[in-house]
Amino acid sequence: MGKFVLRRLGVMLLTAIALTFVVFYLTNLPPNLEKLARTEGSVRMTEEAVQDWIEQNGHSGSVIGRYGQWLGVVPGWTYTDEKGDTRGRCFAIGEDAANAPRYCGLLQGDWGYSTFFKKPVVDSLGEKLAATGWLMLAVMLVMVPTSLFLGVLSGMREGSATDRTLSTFSIASTATPEYVSGVVLVALFATAATGISPLLAEYGLIEPKKTLFLASATSAMDDITFWNFALPVMTIALYGIGYIARMTRASMTEVMTQQYIRTARLKGVPFRTVVMKHALRNALIAPFTVIMLQFPWLLNGVVIVESLFNYKGFGWTLVQAASNNDIPLLLACSCVAVVVVLLTQLISDIGYVFLNPRIRLA
Amino acid sequence: MTASDTWDPSQPILEIEHLSISFFTRLREIPAVMDFSCTVMAGEAMGLVGESGCGKSTVALAVMRELGKTGRIVAGSMKFKGRDLAQMDDEELRHIRGSEIAMIYQEPMASLNPAMKVGAQLAEVPMLHSGMSKADAWALARQIVADVRLPDPDRIINSYPHQLSGGQQQRIVIAMALMAKPALLILDEPTTALDVTVEAGIVDLVKDLGEKYGTSMLFISHNLGLVMDVCDRICVMYSGEAVETGNVTEVFDKMRHPYTQALFRSIPLPGADKNARPLISIPGNFPLPHERPKGCNFGPRCDYFQHGRCDETDVPMSHIPGDDRHDSRCLRWQEIDWSAPSAAREVKEKAEIGQVVLKMEDLRKYYNVSTGAFGGGASKVVKANETLSFEAREGETLAIVGESGCGKSTFAKVLMGLETATSGSIMLFDENVQSTPIQKRNTDTVSQVQMVFQNPFDTLNPSMSVGRQIIRALEIFNYGASDADRHQRMLELLDLVKLPRAFADRMPRQLSGGQKQRVGIARAFAGGAKVVVADEPVSALDVSVQAAVTDLLMDIQRENRTTLLFISHDLSIVRYLSDRVMVMYLGHVVEMGTTDQVFAPPYHPYTEALLSAVPIADTKVERKRIVLEGDIPSAVNPPPGCPFQTRCRWKSQVTPAGLCDREVPPVQMLEGGHQIKCHLSREVLATMEPVIKIAAE
Repeated sequence: MGKFVLRRLGVMLLTAIALTFVVFYLTNLPPNLEKLARTEGSVRMTEEAVQDWIEQNGHSGSVIGRYGQWLGVVPGWTYTDEKGDTRGRCFAIGEDAANAPRYCGLLQGDWGYSTFFKKPVVDSLGEKLAATGWLMLAVMLVMVPTSLFLGVLSGMREGSATDRTLSTFSIASTATPEYVSGVVLVALFATAATGISPLLAEYGLIEPKKTLFLASATSAMDDITFWNFALPVMTIALYGIGYIARMTRASMTEVMTQQYIRTARLKGVPFRTVVMKHALRNALIAPFTVIMLQFPWLLNGVVIVESLFNYKGFGWTLVQAASNNDIPLLLACSCVAVVVVLLTQLISDIGYVFLNPRIRLA
Repeated sequence: MTASDTWDPSQPILEIEHLSISFFTRLREIPAVMDFSCTVMAGEAMGLVGESGCGKSTVALAVMRELGKTGRIVAGSMKFKGRDLAQMDDEELRHIRGSEIAMIYQEPMASLNPAMKVGAQLAEVPMLHSGMSKADAWALARQIVADVRLPDPDRIINSYPHQLSGGQQQRIVIAMALMAKPALLILDEPTTALDVTVEAGIVDLVKDLGEKYGTSMLFISHNLGLVMDVCDRICVMYSGEAVETGNVTEVFDKMRHPYTQALFRSIPLPGADKNARPLISIPGNFPLPHERPKGCNFGPRCDYFQHGRCDETDVPMSHIPGDDRHDSRCLRWQEIDWSAPSAAREVKEKAEIGQVVLKMEDLRKYYNVSTGAFGGGASKVVKANETLSFEAREGETLAIVGESGCGKSTFAKVLMGLETATSGSIMLFDENVQSTPIQKRNTDTVSQVQMVFQNPFDTLNPSMSVGRQIIRALEIFNYGASDADRHQRMLELLDLVKLPRAFADRMPRQLSGGQKQRVGIARAFAGGAKVVVADEPVSALDVSVQAAVTDLLMDIQRENRTTLLFISHDLSIVRYLSDRVMVMYLGHVVEMGTTDQVFAPPYHPYTEALLSAVPIADTKVERKRIVLEGDIPSAVNPPPGCPFQTRCRWKSQVTPAGLCDREVPPVQMLEGGHQIKCHLSREVLATMEPVIKIAAE
């Protein structure tokens, strides 16, 4: 087991390096850097001034070299202008270059300085990740049990009325992207003018002019309540519920046709017990991988939903970083995403072994 | 409480009367079983025999009322202890299933829940049906596991099914069926997926348990020999109907239905001489359920068919007077001369055996496997083939016999170049090919060594027409100058395997199993193969077709002077067609010699056991029962010394004692080039008696 995990971690590291290099290369393309020069310097800079700025701020030279600096395996750049002032990657203007470390990159814990938030990337990303973590946790808590339940329920009697109803629901929910379902949910539950909120207010179930749920999740950054958190969670979960339910159903219908299910039935086991005791564990093996694959997918959904509900988490940050050309922040975001994807896959492979007694990983 | 408590034991346990079952598809109703009647008395074992698709499994599942959504009982009744099963509701059925009627299945691995411990699956039965406490149920499970003669029951009940061998799994399935001491046991091909020596053990167990618990049995099999071993009565089915039923010995000795007779004539019997009793295949094909002929279903394939009589009306069962409940569904059974010998078959000259074509010397194939759950762990060496040496000559049939895991398939892979040998040499003609994988072999070598595969259903590309597949092989072998050439050759190949030329445009799904295997043979011979490895070429086919395909292989061999390496576990067929036999066990060749040498004493102890394990459908044959203890050891962890020593019954006769545990025996050369890898002295070997004896008439 130890060896397997080590080997997988090694592969993970290589994948992470390759992927971050791709992101680094794309974010550091010359037009991007020119844009950066104009936002940092002045919009009315001449072409030459832009080139000078790029050179003086360490954005020239080979991509590999700059990537190495970002990683912290190549010494940080320094530039001394004609006035004798020295600037560099590893120290702020005015500090003494001699006291600064030679290397400052990811490995040294220096993720760079966010040009948009105007503070170190690590600080801004940390709190955003925590916020997104809560969101994902809530989504998983809603999504996994619901979808497994629906999937098993529809898969245990293939072709029955229950199966058809639930399948229709799953297909509909998984065919609706978050930006559609989010808007629909807001219209239904979170406006005082339309949907069910005015009706509820009329019956006196909620206060007048209030809504059932809150359309903005900004307040959930400080204090998570059912009221402000339900809609973003539902928006993300709806999509996943349909998807995982479909997978579970497929797996369940297949298991129900297996010979050992016939064996159990012909032992005189009641149908309920057949499903709960004989089919369930076998049917969960396939969806497990899918559920683990949902984690990286959640990161994706989070981008849309956080923007939609103005919840300042990881996805929101990613959008801000991208639209403001905040290269260090963008790089850090992609790093986090890569690690999350690879880690969940590792966990899913290990969990698989415990779920399925027949599996031996090699 | 229920009628079953007041049931009179002198009445039949199961009485099926005029049962008809149909499956309903969107297109039509497909009758699977028509007018089927049979009676099973208390303590009696009833054998249901027939080829695949004849409806025997449908009958078994109908008794369990497990016909799926599409199947329905359309007529007749099934009385179990006087109560009609067809009328029961789900709740009543649930109480009968598992407690009164239990079933044993064909594939033990698939019938056990992979994610539940064996003990839990066993204990479930008494907990359900007699409300036993969990601890008591587990204790009972442990006891029954010991009853089915599994070693170390405590370990077994705590393991998962995949941790057990096939034979052990089947014993667990049997144990599960016995947990509630049922009155009727349905066995659906219980040993088909198992090796012969394991099968012998299971059959013994089933017979003993039947006697011990007084259980009645419905035993479904396609193997007539097995039915003779186990059953008191037999019912032969053909195309959804019972065609003959009666006492086993009476049906075997005095068959009164042409199909039963044809079936017996198409299987090789190890007791009979192959020239005096040639195999005769049944002409034609099994009719599809919706294409059954009018009148007698067997009519179109029957030698005694009479126009205007057999194809006029439905044929009823008629009683054969004088015999014990012996019935036949034949209009002409009184007119047919049943003792007439089968039509003489032309005796074909055996092809002359020529030069050495293939020579293997000291061939070894080892695999490295790792054992840990996440890879890593201790890496072990599996010795799949160990010092394999032999020669095969032109025009010769060399049979390679052994049970699963003996290394016969590995050997075929190495020869074909799908794997490369660890050491040793393979000389094909004068070329050394042992370390050349198939990708690097030149086209000539590839076309000269070809293979006929076991399962014709999976080895043809389902989306390519038959002709196209053969032409594809010709293209790969660079045959012919133009497409027209290849097309012509393809048609000739179809002629060679006795398929109509019109089949060139058919898709594999439109072909029957036997026809598919013929296409497989045509493909193998496309490049004028000199050496053909036939890996169990007929074991997936029905008995009536087996004979035809076997004969075809022999005919082609005779014409092309091909060397045939015939891999099989079926000793009857091996004896019928091979010139020389090589017996393998755990990667070792334990015995090699001409067919007569191997099938007569002195035997290697393993060959002896193998021979005695083959069920023979002949009441005149007496055979010694030698049931081997335990399973074949794993090749990952072979026993020290002689590979067979853990199961050998002659071990005590070896001097000095303990030699078998320490040393791999040397190969003894007996007269006539007969080789035996055994420590037994020649004197002891000479005392061996033949396993199969034909009783004096």
